Amino acid sequence: MQFDLATQSLREINAALHHSDREEGEEFVIAHPKGTHSVAVGLSDAINVTIDGHVGYYCAGMNKNASIHIAGNAGPGLAENMMSGRVVVDGNASQYAGASGHGGLLVIKGNTSSRCGISMKGINIVVGGSIGHFGAFMAQSGRLVVCGDCGGNLGDSIYEAHIFVRGEIDSLGSDCIEKEMTPDHKRELQNLLQNAGIHYSAAEFRRYGSERTLYNFNIDNADAI
Amino acid sequence: MCGIVGLYLKNPELESRLGEFVSDMLEEMGDRGPDSAGVAIYRNPAPEGGSKVSLFSTSSDEDWSARTAQASQAFDLEFDLEIHASHAILTSSAPVDEIERWIRSNWPDLRIMSVGESIEIYKEMGHPKDVAERFGFKNFSGTHAVAHTRMATESAVTTEHSHPFSTGLDLCLVHNGSLSNHNRLRNYLTRQGGQFQTDNDSEVAAGYLTWRLSLGESVVDALESAIRDLDGFYTFAIGSSNGFSVLRDPIACKPAVLAENDDWVAMSSEYRAIARLPDAKHSNIWEPAPAQIYSWERSNSDAGTQNAV
Repeated sequence: MQFDLATQSLREINAALHHSDREEGEEFVIAHPKGTHSVAVGLSDAINVTIDGHVGYYCAGMNKNASIHIAGNAGPGLAENMMSGRVVVDGNASQYAGASGHGGLLVIKGNTSSRCGISMKGINIVVGGSIGHFGAFMAQSGRLVVCGDCGGNLGDSIYEAHIFVRGEIDSLGSDCIEKEMTPDHKRELQNLLQNAGIHYSAAEFRRYGSERTLYNFNIDNADAI
Repeated sequence: MCGIVGLYLKNPELESRLGEFVSDMLEEMGDRGPDSAGVAIYRNPAPEGGSKVSLFSTSSDEDWSARTAQASQAFDLEFDLEIHASHAILTSSAPVDEIERWIRSNWPDLRIMSVGESIEIYKEMGHPKDVAERFGFKNFSGTHAVAHTRMATESAVTTEHSHPFSTGLDLCLVHNGSLSNHNRLRNYLTRQGGQFQTDNDSEVAAGYLTWRLSLGESVVDALESAIRDLDGFYTFAIGSSNGFSVLRDPIACKPAVLAENDDWVAMSSEYRAIARLPDAKHSNIWEPAPAQIYSWERSNSDAGTQNAV
């Protein structure tokens, strides 16, 4: 089914995508997004949506089960709080992509900027290019894969999320350290890259995670309060 | 939340459509700033050594012709008058410092919005779409412009609190964000001889740049100093006679998008404003990095040059 944001309202299109009669695997195309906010948010059926162009804030937010393909760039808040499903961006994405996501796979083929995967809680994020500062800030679980470089303060105050980086890192945040890449981690990463359709070898990546020094109250830090 | 727009035309054939493009972009950013709007547009330079002054009057029946005749008599020169709603542009071969001083002492009831050779600043309260219509921006031609839509968060909604703020000859600033050290900085700048019309934080950023430029710094050097001295959130666009610059604070919470193709360079708070430009979809689009100064300048050969400093 074809939609066109040049002639139809956003609410009309999102309501049609939410309709209870949607069949699994049903295909939808949305034309002329022109930076519109909140395109294809809150989907809960296993449908396939292609957005033909650049989108604004909050595209694919709260996604569950749906597969959403953005043939362009995405603005801030892409796939926020995603529960499951798949979101693929051909171009770049702006700030806090995949924030607080609980599950599913977010693939950004280009670059993304600051706070990518902030407070992620189980989502897998694969970035083909580079990310900005404060990536995976307070990330709790899930995986962040960066094929390019990372800005400063990567993984600040991280819990148990896994971070894999192929390029350079400006700086690691508090309590984030490089960790051993075991054969299990390599398998985990290779599967993820394959799912994302990105052709790098897991052997090119290094792994980062929590040093776990912030987990418990430390009386020596009481003065900082 | 506010909206910022900047457009710099590389292709001179598009100059007759600058106002149309900027009006479209401004309207698109109306949701981000419905309280007031303003545009600094660069066009029709004054004769060499001469001046162009943008004036604002609160009087609905302002007699601009009488004012112009008065200035002509005082300077023994011809003044060109252009009226757009509450604003008027006075262009002449009078030196810029002399005309500014004369206006300040003779017309204290008028507000000087900008001074320089080619800058014109128009700003008013109201929805950006209405403001654009009131001034007739759509019909303006020019080489480049920066514009702003304001959602007031920390000070009153008045014409004086609206952006762009003049920061010196042919210079202006628009701001999305909020500064946290503006009161202390305003006190400091006042002691250095700075003058402020409002309690607005963005006016302090403009006053800060004016002060750095008066110390002999270039726009780029003044922005480098701003990264050190301004505390808070900001995306700035700074218009100058040759082009415009963009700077985001080191945390970079406030959005900004840059786009460029063979015909133009555009910046905005959101891509949807840029989407209104011809062939936007196929331009090179990216997000400016934190604490990095981007600037475009029109060289003597009229070809656009980009410098990420």
